[in-house]
Amino acid sequence: MRLLPFLLSSAATAGLVLALNTKIGPMPPLGKFLSPQHGFWQNAEPVNKDYNEELSFPGLKDAASVYFDERLVPHVFAKNDEDLYFIQGFLHAKFRLWQMDFQTEAAAGNVSAIIGDKAIQYDREQRRLGMVYAAEKSIEETKKDEQTTNAFAAYEKGVNAYISTLTESSMPLEYKLLDDHPRKWTNLKTALLLKMMAKMLSSGTENDLLNTNAKSLFSMDEFKMIYPQVNDSLEPIVPKGTVFEKPGIVPVKPSTADSLYFGKKDTVTYSEVSKPDKNNGSNNWVVGGSKTKSGSPILCNDPHLELSFPSIWYEIQLTSPGNNVYGVSLPGTPFVIIGFNDSIAWGVTNAQRDVKDYYEIKFKDKTKQEYWFNGAWTKAEQRVERIKVKGSADYLDTVAYTLFGPVMFDESFSNDLSHHNNYAIRWVAHDPSNEGGAIYKLNRANNYNEYANAISTFNCPGQNFVFASKAGDIAIWQQGKFPARWDGQGLFVMPGEDSSYMWQGFIPQQENPHSKNPELGFLHSANERPADSTYPYFIPGNYIIPRGIRIVNRLKEMNGITVEDMMKLQYDYFNVFAEDARSILLKYVKENELDANGKKYVDMVKGWDLLASPNSNGQTVFQTWWDSLEVEIWKDDITRVTPAANWPESQTLMELLKKDSAMKYIDNINTPQKETLFDVVTSAIKKVSVDLQKEETAGKLEWTKHKDPTIYHLLKTILPFARTGIPVGGNGDIVNAVTKSHGPSWRMIVQLTAQTEAYVVYPGGQVGNPGSKYYDQFVDTWAQGKYYTAWFMRRGEEKDARAKWTIQFKKG
Amino acid sequence: MKFIVAFILTALLSYAAGFYFPWWNIAIVAFVVAALIPQKPGKAFLSAFLSLFFLWAIFSFMIDVNNNHLLSEKIAQLFFKVKSHVVMVLVSGFIAGLTGGFAALAGSYLRKSK
Repeated sequence: MRLLPFLLSSAATAGLVLALNTKIGPMPPLGKFLSPQHGFWQNAEPVNKDYNEELSFPGLKDAASVYFDERLVPHVFAKNDEDLYFIQGFLHAKFRLWQMDFQTEAAAGNVSAIIGDKAIQYDREQRRLGMVYAAEKSIEETKKDEQTTNAFAAYEKGVNAYISTLTESSMPLEYKLLDDHPRKWTNLKTALLLKMMAKMLSSGTENDLLNTNAKSLFSMDEFKMIYPQVNDSLEPIVPKGTVFEKPGIVPVKPSTADSLYFGKKDTVTYSEVSKPDKNNGSNNWVVGGSKTKSGSPILCNDPHLELSFPSIWYEIQLTSPGNNVYGVSLPGTPFVIIGFNDSIAWGVTNAQRDVKDYYEIKFKDKTKQEYWFNGAWTKAEQRVERIKVKGSADYLDTVAYTLFGPVMFDESFSNDLSHHNNYAIRWVAHDPSNEGGAIYKLNRANNYNEYANAISTFNCPGQNFVFASKAGDIAIWQQGKFPARWDGQGLFVMPGEDSSYMWQGFIPQQENPHSKNPELGFLHSANERPADSTYPYFIPGNYIIPRGIRIVNRLKEMNGITVEDMMKLQYDYFNVFAEDARSILLKYVKENELDANGKKYVDMVKGWDLLASPNSNGQTVFQTWWDSLEVEIWKDDITRVTPAANWPESQTLMELLKKDSAMKYIDNINTPQKETLFDVVTSAIKKVSVDLQKEETAGKLEWTKHKDPTIYHLLKTILPFARTGIPVGGNGDIVNAVTKSHGPSWRMIVQLTAQTEAYVVYPGGQVGNPGSKYYDQFVDTWAQGKYYTAWFMRRGEEKDARAKWTIQFKKG
Repeated sequence: MKFIVAFILTALLSYAAGFYFPWWNIAIVAFVVAALIPQKPGKAFLSAFLSLFFLWAIFSFMIDVNNNHLLSEKIAQLFFKVKSHVVMVLVSGFIAGLTGGFAALAGSYLRKSK
């Protein structure tokens, strides 16, 4: 033996193996990752993969079959509910495990354990928002309901049954890239996923912190003018003219409100780390048989969410005795969330209501053991949050819990540590409730009463449940648990030293805005205020106005409606906001002051067909010009607010200008002269025409090129598995609500004829694995506004050619 | 002749071991084969390098063809900012070749008497 060379080459080999088996920076362990028998190559599915399988699990009670159609939509036929949800859990895991695992870990504030210390602030915020606390409470409540408890337990078993089949080779790609491994599924994770939805849809719908800052500068009259509760152009969800009953609860404004609340001029320096997107909205509508060609109702829904790979939705049909339902499910929870069964169809949009308030807490000392409440020092619970951090020591964070809720912001969190105020949150998502139970019942509802009863316990996030039945009923309920507020309550941070500012009760469920079989023959919702100003409660929220106006305008004038008409409406590009806003721009622009370039762009807006089509230049110029006008008008006023306030809504500005062309905020307070609407509209186009010219030269003036619609992988910056430059128009305030990476996450049209007809599509694919051809299979169809015909499979159709693959499940 | 036997044996044993053991079985296989079949260190390195390079490259190439290059192009974009499936096949082969080559070198030095 030649010792030295032997030792050297052995050491080199060992070093190499060690280095290639270790994750270094963003690089996965390369040896492991590149091995054709272990690494990413194992995730490169053959494009002609055979999905037929025979599986047996001791956790099953009986045999069951799953038939996959050519889009890999599973049609599950089970002999009992436990097996049904076991199999749903198994399928979710088989096709979407990494996504559901990661999203629930993220909801719980465990991202640092997966990707390291850059996620600590995110994790702290999730903990301080009380996400785990909320999920625990909801599990407590769920235990009271046997059906939901059994469904969650069966689902948990099914997910874990799949996890136990995994080997190093068959591990989903993302685990390999991040050098991570799946965690065991629990019903707490199911609850966390539902709380993730609650945060997404009911945590970004308030602006208490920024409003408090705005209040420090603007008078209450000014505040009401620029942040109005009811917009002039509102088309509410329950038709105008609906008569509301006398309120069952009349909250009383505290006597100190004028001095301690409205009149207080303090500011808030804290801001949220991950505030949900305001555009998390949606459209749904339903037309009754009187307005359709077939004489049967047609129900439509397109929920607008962040578009991602894997998609948030997983399409599925679930059949067990007494239950046959088709639609989309959320990987991580059992049931169908949006869909139809043999008798009814339903869809949801977000209620956008404010259900989260902040209270300022006075602690005795820095230990936060006691706080001042109703004249005495009261004990605060301490919850110690241990955040695991990949590659470093655990991070410990102590969160104080008061009678209001967790103290989210204090001197240790978040961005500005100079203020030492403590803000506790009161959030409906923390209250015990069992949303799963409501959905379980909704899946099985056969008529209006069963639907209304099923959803009546759905508390958070508040949703607009639109409904249609084969019996011919159409209906909508804005359902949720909503605090009954006195006028102005919860717009701003409230005093938390006694009980006088606490919520005094909730709006009785029966008084939630709803409508059944209205004379007009249709109902809709599109994230607007649910009712006009005659509704007897103060209901702030983050409402979006224009889409509803367009939908109502179209449905009013349509008759003999067909499914194709509804497809066109879901894909509608008409910019209803611009209809008014453009006339303001064109009326006040001083064209004689513009150079040739400026004139060219004004002409483009003049000749524009008001459609936000993919190739529209007019839409790009209009939007850029309007945005520039908002800067001209608001910048000098809003930036006076320290540290920050919200910019007023575009809809609000348009309405203000329509009413009063000499509106006081038009003037730039930083200049000696007084600007008129003519001046600011003209300078707005002047300021952007150079940029527009640059875009035009670069070939990016067309709307879709300007906007560059993109669907990212959930790990956005870490993984480039995105689809960019998707040729689709639309915008957040347009019915086809596609923005840069946000929009209709599922489009569904159901015609409730004797034989249900359903047309569906979503911008993703059934398989979460980026190495599968099904990963992004539906994107082009979705972008073109086309649909797939859903196969609502019946027993007896097992031999149908549409059943392309079968998985047979057996007990054993 | 020894070269060819070592080449074939390393590939075959690594392929079989891959079903039961982690990826670094290739280092052990290459080491053992080089220790059992005496060759000059340079030749031992080369036979193992080529053997494992081809094993991993051909194996991944076959997977890649069946996958229409869907995943290899995405991974290549992630690692090298190029949309090339060939790069991933070559890099996979190279990593295996290098690991096995060094292990074979050690194996051959174990046997070599002077």
